[in-house]
Amino acid sequence: MRTPLLFRTLALFDTTGWIATGLFVAIMLVLLPLLHLALPEQSPFYVSSYVIALLGKILCYAIVAVAMDLIWGYGGILSLGHGVFFALGGYAFGMYLMRAIGHDGVYQSDLADFMVFLDWKAYPWYWSGTEYILWSLVLVVAVPAFLAITFGFFAFRSRIKGVYFSIITQAMTYAFMLLFFRNETGFGGNNGFTDFKRILGIPITSPGMRVGLFMLSGLTLLMTLLLCRYLVTSKFGRVLTAIRDAESRVMFLGYNPLWYKLTAWTISAVLCGIAGALYVPQVGIINPSEMSPANSIEIAIWVAVGGRATLWGPVLGAFIVNLAKSYFSVAFPDYWLFFLGSLFVVVTLFLPDGVLGLWKRLRSRVRRRT
Amino acid sequence: MPPWFKKKQQRGFGSGDAGYARLVDNSAVDLSHGVILYLEDITVSFDGFKALDRLTLSIDDGELRCIIGPNGAGKTTMMDCITGKTRPDSGSAYFGQAMDLTRMTEPEIAAMGIGRKFQKPTVFERHSVFENLELALKRDKRVRYSLVAQVDDEVRDRVSDTLQRIRLEGEAERMAGLLSHGQKQWLEIGMLLMQEPRLLLLDEPVAGMTDDETERTAELFQSLAGQHSLVVVEHDMAFVASIASIVTVLHEGRVLAEGTLDKVQNEPQVIEVYLGR
Repeated sequence: MRTPLLFRTLALFDTTGWIATGLFVAIMLVLLPLLHLALPEQSPFYVSSYVIALLGKILCYAIVAVAMDLIWGYGGILSLGHGVFFALGGYAFGMYLMRAIGHDGVYQSDLADFMVFLDWKAYPWYWSGTEYILWSLVLVVAVPAFLAITFGFFAFRSRIKGVYFSIITQAMTYAFMLLFFRNETGFGGNNGFTDFKRILGIPITSPGMRVGLFMLSGLTLLMTLLLCRYLVTSKFGRVLTAIRDAESRVMFLGYNPLWYKLTAWTISAVLCGIAGALYVPQVGIINPSEMSPANSIEIAIWVAVGGRATLWGPVLGAFIVNLAKSYFSVAFPDYWLFFLGSLFVVVTLFLPDGVLGLWKRLRSRVRRRT
Repeated sequence: MPPWFKKKQQRGFGSGDAGYARLVDNSAVDLSHGVILYLEDITVSFDGFKALDRLTLSIDDGELRCIIGPNGAGKTTMMDCITGKTRPDSGSAYFGQAMDLTRMTEPEIAAMGIGRKFQKPTVFERHSVFENLELALKRDKRVRYSLVAQVDDEVRDRVSDTLQRIRLEGEAERMAGLLSHGQKQWLEIGMLLMQEPRLLLLDEPVAGMTDDETERTAELFQSLAGQHSLVVVEHDMAFVASIASIVTVLHEGRVLAEGTLDKVQNEPQVIEVYLGR
């Protein structure tokens, strides 16, 4: 008999996992929004819109980190080009945001400001339909998925692995960055999209919209964790980790690794695209620098810092690194990259399982003593 | 055929996606002539060195065949050709009467019922013994089935049967990486059994085993012969003597001699290859 869905969902996490999930929901989806919306600004417990925007941004990064963990931690495929999927999702939703500006742009034209500037007379064909939010949401999923399937199919079929794969993904995101830097591409060149006004008629800077996007990001992260947890605890996940550890054995058991890798890879890319779409309205800008190779490497660092193949670890890693980044880049702007570099060295040398691995080790040591 | 076309075939789309990881009824293999594996004139060369040189070999259904030969004789390359890992430069390899192995991918060949044990024991070290066997179980191995597959009673029964057979009953929840060398060998053999193959290729299955374990392996193989066909590559002559009726001696990529162990051991060429030089 098949186990009912509810029980299977409950079995996804152990008690500690569900407590962590509960805490996460309580803080992100209840406490912080309440503190921002319900308290007066003078209150010592008031959470400023700066904090909401910062945490909302990091929630999006955390989704990317979990998506990265799915393919790197469990599939053993190190992508150094995941920023491209994130940015494509962001651009896809950004197209809607640009259309929603309407006549309130600098030139008060039907067209986006950068198109007026380039003296274009109409929207290019690939912009058609983007004035509808639903179509743009379809693109948020479909564009990263299409790129991931095409790229992944050929790469995995040619059995490209390890460092070679990582280098090709770097080249891919770099190529896309150059493409999007060009004005002729039709996505605003190096300025990208900005000056968004509203979503579905609601001003994008209103507290309600801010908190709404923030909570939506938190909810998406939660769903991402549940989905990935389901995937890695299913037989699919066991095959995926088996491919990571001994691919030829998997093949001689009759599994075709191509489709397993491609499935995980595509799911990961789509999750990144969704994260990008949530990110863009919260930070108010998307430009090709999101596709720079360094950005994609940073994603891998979040995962390594938090702990690979743990799912919760990368969430932690994304928060640690990005909170440190926003502190450092204000306090010591010149030293951020040095800090990031040394963080990576320290984690690689001393914390092969990341922060979560350190926590587990400490806990087992304390238990042994008592 | 132009060379680029051949290259494309090597990528594994030669036969479309027929048989891809799908659950195949491997009784469909055509055994009307009693031959399960037939290699003809297989040549494989690496940078001019001929690992296999017009190798011709045939294995009967239900047979237990041992293959011996000095290092570099081409034993492992032969297994690579049968399982789709290496494409021969020329020659043909048939499974049953009609299935051309040179045009199939590794997963397709595995799904048709050829199981392989590697020279170095290869198990999933970070999976439990139970999971290792569960993954090997003969089931539909396509993604959409793995996404919803559950460990049900049938799976548990099959796994525990095999655990008994390979004497790892107490180790089901243990990480496979923590097993001893001999136990890993047994686990890998157990994984082959879970696949229910028609033909088992075993590369040095008793390397690193104790005498006791070797003896039990010999018993296991003999009990398998008949329903399955086995091809065993082994250096351990005592082991070969204890299981094989017919032995094939490979040397420099060719069959040097074939017959009972006593007979081939007395052939002057074999003695020269093994003892001369």
